[in-house]
Amino acid sequence: MSIAAMKTDTTTPAQALAPAKAAKTLQARLTARLGLMLRAAAVAVIPPLITLAVLLMIWQIGFGRPGATLPPPTQVWKEAKDLILDPFFVNGPQDIGLGWRVLTSLQRVLIGFSLSAVVGVLMGAVVGQSIWAMRGLDPIFQVLRTVPPLAWLPIALAAFRDSSPSAIFVIFITSIWPVLINTAVGVRNIPQDYRNVAQVLRLNQVEFFFKIMAPSAAPYIFTGLRIGIGLSWLSIVAAEMLTGGVGIGFFIWDAWNSSRLPDIVVALVYIGVVGFVLDRIVAALGSLITRGAAAN
Amino acid sequence: MTAYLKLDHIDKTFRRGAVESEVLKDINLDIAKGEVISIIGHSGCGKSTLLNLIAGLTQVTSGGVLLEDREVNAPGPERAVVFQNHSLLPWLTVYENVALAVNKVFGGVKTRAERNAWIMHNLDLVQMTHARDKRPAEISGGMKQRVGIARALAMEPKILLLDEPFGALDALTRAHLQDSVMQIQAALKNTMIMITHDVDEAVLLSDRIVMMTNGPSATIGEVLTVALSRPRMRLDLVADPAYLAAREAVLKFLYERHRFVEAA
Repeated sequence: MSIAAMKTDTTTPAQALAPAKAAKTLQARLTARLGLMLRAAAVAVIPPLITLAVLLMIWQIGFGRPGATLPPPTQVWKEAKDLILDPFFVNGPQDIGLGWRVLTSLQRVLIGFSLSAVVGVLMGAVVGQSIWAMRGLDPIFQVLRTVPPLAWLPIALAAFRDSSPSAIFVIFITSIWPVLINTAVGVRNIPQDYRNVAQVLRLNQVEFFFKIMAPSAAPYIFTGLRIGIGLSWLSIVAAEMLTGGVGIGFFIWDAWNSSRLPDIVVALVYIGVVGFVLDRIVAALGSLITRGAAAN
Repeated sequence: MTAYLKLDHIDKTFRRGAVESEVLKDINLDIAKGEVISIIGHSGCGKSTLLNLIAGLTQVTSGGVLLEDREVNAPGPERAVVFQNHSLLPWLTVYENVALAVNKVFGGVKTRAERNAWIMHNLDLVQMTHARDKRPAEISGGMKQRVGIARALAMEPKILLLDEPFGALDALTRAHLQDSVMQIQAALKNTMIMITHDVDEAVLLSDRIVMMTNGPSATIGEVLTVALSRPRMRLDLVADPAYLAAREAVLKFLYERHRFVEAA
């Protein structure tokens, strides 16, 4: 070690310092970069882990005594271990892992949400373009959007007389409002300059929609879609109270009816994580697509 | 001889509820093919309104705009506008911004290859081929305005309308762009109407300068013919008596006879 140090000390600057310095700086840069990344990861991960540990401890202390109304974490772990550790087991038609249930629910949510995205953007475009459509429809939308998902259930059942379309309708009607209202605001905020360009070029309605309106209002539309996907996931339990079968929402309803509280706790965590991931996917999609429009 | 573009007894009144304001009153002007006209006046005199009327973006209250004896009442690509703030679509590249116009105007007439060549030709006219794949946010203000001009030229308009095209640019960039526009106009013989509030720009570029009185109820106060031969060289004109006389005439109109009251 000391020899190496001596050697570096004795080499003349002209001979070896330049390449040595380059290698050294490259290595130093890489180490520094790695250090920064590790640090960023630690900053992102460690605080929520600590919070989680504290919350679990409080929960354990609060409900750990005998006769507590809710199961403590240790009991959840003991009784619902199979659900936590293996999301994709199949032991029979009704005894399957929560991963399968989540996938079934996701399918339902995606159908309802896709409908509300398409209808919401189109209707939002109309409402944003026409001052009279806005005056006529906006107050009604503002009232309807406050109706909770559960309240739509009986109406949907009466109208469709079948549980499956009713569930999709409940998801649709819950998530359409933010999409619609945000699209309308985005369309109303299209700069007059862009409208003038469209007029001089004599773009027709369809061309205007795809070339000017959609890209210009895209940031607003994606805000609406992001809120919408959150709401449609929120309404999954309500929707699946009707449909039965294998969804995660129905699982909760079923677990409640047979007093399996630890299972419900695990299902809640699943729903939370999936909702979080959905939100991030739509957000990422939005920032990918609106890259150009945002930079004015 | 009938005029190429005729502004015939144009009045424009804006109504907002019960409040009426007459912006333009009795505007009459005949413009010949290939002529370059500047419209100059203090801010608020309705210059931009007049340009919007010719573009068809706003409707006249009475009177009419006639292009080749046909009334103009809607916007169209034969009256292309270069907007003051360039109005490029920020999500499209330079090439795509021009392509939007070319594909719309020549979609049925030219083949794909011809359209591509035409887009590149127009970008070349304004020396912007090097930035064809950049987005508007990535180029300077002067470059954006060049692309705006290319987009307008690419529509092969009968009349090119420029709404204070160089207003937002610094003096050096502005001079460059003025020279570019003069060269392009000399080559293509476009008919141009340009709004400006820069006296030198008006004298340098135009065949006639239309001077507007102050609003409300603004109208054409005077029309000055600039008797300078083309091509005009910026540096040669500095001491040219005809240039100085024209400049003085416009300045006198603006600051002696029609001084902007609110600014005083």
